[in-house]
Amino acid sequence: MRHSMANFAKPDGPRFSVDVYQNEYLPEGGSQVDAIVTVTATGGGTLGGALVPPGRPCAAVAVMVDCSGSMEYPPAKMRGAREATAAAIDTLRDGTRFAVIGGTHVAQEVYPGGGRLAVADATTREQAKQALRRLSAGGGTAIGTWLRLADRLLSAADVTLRHGILLTDGRNEHESPADLRATLDACAGRFTCDARGVGTDWDVKEVTGIASALLGTADIVADPAGLAADFTRMMETAMGKEVADVALRVWTPAGAALRFVKQVAPAVEDLTHRRTEAGPRAGDYPTGSWGDESRDYHLSVTVPPAGLGQEMLAARVSLVVPQPDGTVQNLGAQGLVRAVWTDDAAASTAMSPQVAHYTGQAELAQVIQQGIDLRKAGDFDGATAKLGRAVQLANASGNADTAKLLAKVVDVVDAATGTVRLKTRVTEADEMTLETRSTKTVRVKK
Amino acid sequence: MSQMPRQAALPKCPSCAEPVEPGDLFCGACGYDLSVVPAPPQDHPTLPMTGTAEPGNGTERPAPRSADPAPAPETDPPGPGAGGTPPHGQEPEDERSAGSGVRFDRPAEPDEYPLQAPDPRLAAPAAAARLCVACRTGRVDDDGYCENCGHAQPRERDHLERETGPVAAVSDRGLRHHRNEDAFAVGHTTLPDGTPAALAIVCDGVSSATRPDAASLAASRAAGDTLLAALPRGTHPQAAMHEAIVAAAHAVNALADEPATAREHAPHQNAPACTIVGAVVTSGLLVVGWVGDSRVYWVPTDRTAPSARLTEDDSWAAQMVAAGLMSEAEAYADERAHAITGWLGADAYELEPHTACFRPDRPGAVVVCTDGLWNYAETAEEMSEVVPPDAATRPLHGARVLVGHALDGGGHDNVTVAVLPFPAPPQGAGSA
Repeated sequence: MRHSMANFAKPDGPRFSVDVYQNEYLPEGGSQVDAIVTVTATGGGTLGGALVPPGRPCAAVAVMVDCSGSMEYPPAKMRGAREATAAAIDTLRDGTRFAVIGGTHVAQEVYPGGGRLAVADATTREQAKQALRRLSAGGGTAIGTWLRLADRLLSAADVTLRHGILLTDGRNEHESPADLRATLDACAGRFTCDARGVGTDWDVKEVTGIASALLGTADIVADPAGLAADFTRMMETAMGKEVADVALRVWTPAGAALRFVKQVAPAVEDLTHRRTEAGPRAGDYPTGSWGDESRDYHLSVTVPPAGLGQEMLAARVSLVVPQPDGTVQNLGAQGLVRAVWTDDAAASTAMSPQVAHYTGQAELAQVIQQGIDLRKAGDFDGATAKLGRAVQLANASGNADTAKLLAKVVDVVDAATGTVRLKTRVTEADEMTLETRSTKTVRVKK
Repeated sequence: MSQMPRQAALPKCPSCAEPVEPGDLFCGACGYDLSVVPAPPQDHPTLPMTGTAEPGNGTERPAPRSADPAPAPETDPPGPGAGGTPPHGQEPEDERSAGSGVRFDRPAEPDEYPLQAPDPRLAAPAAAARLCVACRTGRVDDDGYCENCGHAQPRERDHLERETGPVAAVSDRGLRHHRNEDAFAVGHTTLPDGTPAALAIVCDGVSSATRPDAASLAASRAAGDTLLAALPRGTHPQAAMHEAIVAAAHAVNALADEPATAREHAPHQNAPACTIVGAVVTSGLLVVGWVGDSRVYWVPTDRTAPSARLTEDDSWAAQMVAAGLMSEAEAYADERAHAITGWLGADAYELEPHTACFRPDRPGAVVVCTDGLWNYAETAEEMSEVVPPDAATRPLHGARVLVGHALDGGGHDNVTVAVLPFPAPPQGAGSA
C-alpha cells in the first residue's frame, strides 16, 4: 500500500512529503509490521550557489585537510588536497561562513584564524586560496582534534546549517579510538560532516564511522587527481541544504516495540540506537540536513496482535526540527503504518515489494562487509560464500554499481546463483572502494 | 464475502513464488517458513468460477425450491437492451443508505484532500473527548486511530441501518472481516396507477478483487437509482429489475477504469466485482433479480404456508445439482461449492441478469440477503424459523434480528439483510 501526505514546512522552504509502502495485512496472531517510508523534500533552491533566494538559511562550513607527514608521499596527495580545497572554496555561496583547518596530531586554523569564520566573497575566497599555498605536510594524525576545532568554530556562528568536510589519508594513530568516539558523540547533532579517504592507507571503518556519526557521506578518492571534482560536488550538495537537524519522529502504540529504524536509501544507516524519547510512545531519530532530495527508511514494528478484522495504527511517522527553546517545529508531513488482521492468506502472506527490496539491500551491505572481514581473516571459503551471496543480491536487485565493484574482488561464475571465485590478486583500492561503498543502495525497480 | 478462485490454500511460496507442495513446511527454493501461513478460514467463502454455462435463465429456470408453488413464476417480459444507459432522474430520498460515495476508509486528513467536504456525520459533537472503543483510555486522533493503543475506530460502513417507507435494511461488518464489503439500497415510490412499490438491492463485494467495497456500493446505488426512475414511468417491474442490474454492471465496470487511490489499495489486482440481488414489491407482484449467490427468500406471514427461496445461486454447487451431476449434499460438501459463476465486474465474461416475477397469494415478508446471513439459515425452512413473525410490519426490527442471527452464529462474513413486506402497503400506511 502507499499513502502520502505533504505539507509546507514554511512558505519559502522545501516541501516535505511522506509516502508509506507496506503490506498491512497480517495473519491471525501476526505481530510484525514492516514498512518502507519515503521522505521527499522538494521545492527548495537550486544547487551550486549561483542563486541566493532572499531569506535563505545561512550556512557555515569547515574544511578539514589532513596535513600529516604522509600527505607528501606521494606529493600528489598534498597538491590534490590543496586544489580540492580551493575548488570547494570556489563553490561556496556568497555569504556562507567558512574556515579551513589543517589537521595533524593537532588542529590548526589555516584560514581565517583567530577563532573566527570568514564570510565568503571574492576577497575572502582569494585570501583562503593564498593561505592554502602555505599548507605543508608534517606531523601525525588525531582526527578528533580537527573535529573539536571545527565544532568550536561552527558553533560560534549564528547560522542554521553547520557542515564539515574532512579529508584524511591515514589512520587515526595519535589518539585512541575511544577519544575519537567521545569526540563524535560530542559533535553528533551539532554539525554534519562528509568524510573522504585519499589514497589507500586509511582505515575504512574510521572514515565511514565519522560520516555515519555525523550524518554525512563517506567515500574513497583513491587517486588524488579526483579530489577536486569530488570536493566540488560535496560542497554543491552542502550549499543545497536548506533545513538542518530534521528528525524522523516515530509514534508506536502502547505495547508495541520498534525492532529497528534504518535509513535504506541512498545508503543503509541503522538509526535504531540513536533514538531520543519524544513524549508518550514517540521517539526521534536524527536524519541531518536536507536539500532537494528523497530518502527511504525501513521501519519494523512488533505490535500486540489483535483479532481478525481489527485494524491498528502500528506507527505514525512525522518530521520535526528541534527549536532553540526546546520545542519542535513539525514539518507537517506524516505517514501512517497500519496493521490489519485478516484470514485471507493471499493477502497476509504477500510481501511488499519495497520491503522485500530493501531487506535485500540491507543484507547486501551486510554480506559484503562480512565477506571482506572473512577474507582479511584468511577464511577464504567463508568469504567466497558471503561475497557470492552479495553478487547474487546485487544482480537480482539491479544494483549495478555494487555489482561492478564486486566483480573487481571476485570472478563471477554465475551471478544468478551467486557462484563466485575469490580473485587471487585484488588491489587495495578496489577492496577499499567496495567496503566504503557497500552500504549504497538502489531504489526499487519501477 | 465472495472470493475469486484459488487453486489451493497456498500454491506458491509467499516469499519467492516458488510452487510448493501440500504438506511442505519450508519453501524448497528460499527456505521460507511456510508454517506461518494461517489455516484457511472455517467458513465457506464463495468462490467465483468462470466460463461455465448457466443452468437456466429467466423463464427457463427451474422453479424455486418450494414444496408449494404458491408464488408462481410469470413469463419474463422482453428485457431492455443490455447496453442501455441507466436513467438517473430520481435520487434515493435518503443518502444515508449508501454513504457519501467517496469515503470508503477512514476520514482523510484535512490537508490531504482539501476538496473533500467534511462529513457532518463524522463531526461528532463529542469529538474532542472521543475515547477509544478498544482500550477505553486513549483519545481518538484525527485519523481515526487511538493515540494510546493505535486501534482503528469503527467506520461508518461497519454497521449501517436504514428504514424508508415500508422497507428496511441492515448491514454489518461481521466479526471476522476488517471492513464491510456489502452494500445496499432501499426505497419506495409510486407507480403511474397510484399504487405503491418498494424495493431493495443488496450487493456483496468479491473480496478477492480490488476495491470490493467500492464495487458493491456503486452497484447498489446504480440499481436502486434505476428502479426508482423506471418504476414511476410505468416500466414493468421485471423489466425495470433487468435494467437495474445492467446499470449496476456498468457502474462496476466503470470502476475498473479508475486508478485505485492510495488509500484503497488492496493486495489484489483484479477488477472490482460484486454480486447483486434485488426485490421489488407492488400491490400484486413480487419481482426478484440477481447475479451471483446473494439470495431472496419468501416467508409468508402465515407460517403454516411454506416458505421459499426465490433465487438460484450462480454457484458451482447449484450448477452441479441443476445438471444432475451431484446430489445437493455432495455438491455443497465440495470445497468448490461456494465458487460463484456469475458476478458484476469487468472480469465477468458476460452478464446474464436473472429475473423472476411472482404473484404471491398471501401476505408475507421478503428477505433479501448476502451469504453472510444465509450461511446461517440456508434452507427456506431454516430462514422462516429465524424471521420474526412481524417482519412484514416491522422490517427494520426484522432485519436487525436476522443480522443478529448471523453474528450469533459466528459472523464469519459481512452480513446484509433487507426486509420488504408483500404486498406493498399503501403510502402512509404501515410505515414505521
